[in-house]
Amino acid sequence: MFGFLTLRFLIAIPTIILISIFVFSLQHLLPGDPILVMAGEERDPEVIAALREKYRLNDPLPVQYMAWARAALQGDLGISLRTQQPVLELIAEKLPVTIQLAVMALVIAMLIGIPAGVLAAYKKGTWIDWLANLVALSGLSVPNFWLGIMLILLVSVRLGWLPASGYQPLSEDPLQSIKTMLMPAFVLGTAIAATLMRHTRSAMLSVLKADYIRTARAKGLPERTVLFVHALRNAMIPVVTVTTLIFGELLAGAVLTEQIFTIPGFGKLVVDAVFNRDYAVVQGIVLCTGIAFILMNIVADMAYRILNPRLRDG
Amino acid sequence: MTSLSDPHTTGADPALSRRQSRFWTKFRRSTSGLLGSGIVIFFVVVALLAPVLPVPGPAETDWSAVRKAPSAAHPFGTDEIGRDVLSRMIWGAQASLLAGVVSVLIAVALGVPLGILAGYCKGWTDAVISRVTEALLAAPFLILAIALAAFLGPSLRNAMIAIGLSAMPIFIRLARGQTLAVMTEDYVEGGRAVGTGHFGMITRYVLPNTFPPILVQATLTIATAIIAEASLSFLGLGQQPPAPSWGSMLNIAKNFLEQAPWMALYPGIGIFLVVLGFNLLGDGLRDALDPRET
Repeated sequence: MFGFLTLRFLIAIPTIILISIFVFSLQHLLPGDPILVMAGEERDPEVIAALREKYRLNDPLPVQYMAWARAALQGDLGISLRTQQPVLELIAEKLPVTIQLAVMALVIAMLIGIPAGVLAAYKKGTWIDWLANLVALSGLSVPNFWLGIMLILLVSVRLGWLPASGYQPLSEDPLQSIKTMLMPAFVLGTAIAATLMRHTRSAMLSVLKADYIRTARAKGLPERTVLFVHALRNAMIPVVTVTTLIFGELLAGAVLTEQIFTIPGFGKLVVDAVFNRDYAVVQGIVLCTGIAFILMNIVADMAYRILNPRLRDG
Repeated sequence: MTSLSDPHTTGADPALSRRQSRFWTKFRRSTSGLLGSGIVIFFVVVALLAPVLPVPGPAETDWSAVRKAPSAAHPFGTDEIGRDVLSRMIWGAQASLLAGVVSVLIAVALGVPLGILAGYCKGWTDAVISRVTEALLAAPFLILAIALAAFLGPSLRNAMIAIGLSAMPIFIRLARGQTLAVMTEDYVEGGRAVGTGHFGMITRYVLPNTFPPILVQATLTIATAIIAEASLSFLGLGQQPPAPSWGSMLNIAKNFLEQAPWMALYPGIGIFLVVLGFNLLGDGLRDALDPRET
């Protein structure tokens, strides 16, 4: 396992370098000269020259990149123009909020998606399977920001059951925190539930055809034991892998969900940064999500090896 | 799709013509494929007929009919400045479909040649293209599109470029995988033995065989791209007002939820239906093109 992990990390290095080059080059897509914007309306040539020197814009591009990458490696992703806080500090501050939202969304998605997938596979070809597939496809087709708006209208405005927006830290008031996060987590979890349902169904369908399931049935085991102990446990191997890879989808979904429910997390930070032209924050976020996604890929590979004895022993 | 009468193709891969007729037979039997086609065709026709349909202009304001509930005069109601929601829905369909199709065309036009190049040349070319693809795939689709749209500037055109570039890695990976698989086939060996050049190998053998999975992926990606465009427009990074787009209509509608819920209801249903249509169509195409399905 150690050898496998070392190899995976080594393979990840060039990818991380490429992500950093991409993130670095994003600022060169900006129309016009950013220094002219920073210099204000007066555009004093001395100020412009000083700013060019400060941001090393007179250096060749590879030199600029190396300086930027060196700083990034030391955790310096720049300073937010809006809050004047270091970008990494800002990300670290907002991340726990999004993690809470993502974890709650994932729990909701698993509670809906996995049983629905098992049922659809077990009842393959019946109206239950057809209905589960249609619901899953609908879940994938609903824009989550619209679902959020509609739920606010129904659950908060009309019925008054849950708050429409806001955030309460988990450490301060756990119950209120869960209550405020419930609707956003449901919105974010819907599309994930649909993805999980489809993967569980497909994994269960191939497992249910396996010889050991026929043997289990032939031994006279109750159908529930066959389904949940023998079949589901094996079908979960690819599902667990997919779940770790859903991380990217969760982060992307959080951008819109946090915007609608005014949750001060990672997603809202991206949008606010975009509108405030806080490019260092946008770059920092893309870099951090990219690296986190690569790490999650490694976790998914490890989970697959741990859960699958054939790979573990090999 | 490759013509059935193309002597090169028929000579190269006789199974291809059989696959084509089998595809149509299976597709006609696919409920999801037919339902998806129906929904997609409906929206395409509505979007194309927008200029001739008997509805007010999408930017036409009527200050005496601000935030009016659906009625005979305005079947989907009016918005915060008295514009007809139905008309903006119809014109918004143009923006959504255009964004979905154009961004996927960008992704396919850039991604497929790169993927084929990687799979065909292998070695260093493959290593470099694959690493770049992996790096691009590492950033979540929407976050990448938001970042690109933010740096390129907010407009429908830039949103399409951003979505297209963000979707490109999927097509590189798919085309590469298909090319690698095709290159091991006997008929490719045969083609090489009779002295077919690189261009001929790619156009006669690789492209026709990579086409089916790319078509399925493109259809499913149009669905994702439509949601992405709506998301970018919802955030203010796509279609700019007063031009109509379902996403930007929802962005305004969220401020009038209590007073005019219809402003939020119909654009959302529009996005949902058209995305569902493309997803169903993609599923139908996948089933019809899958050789394992009988």
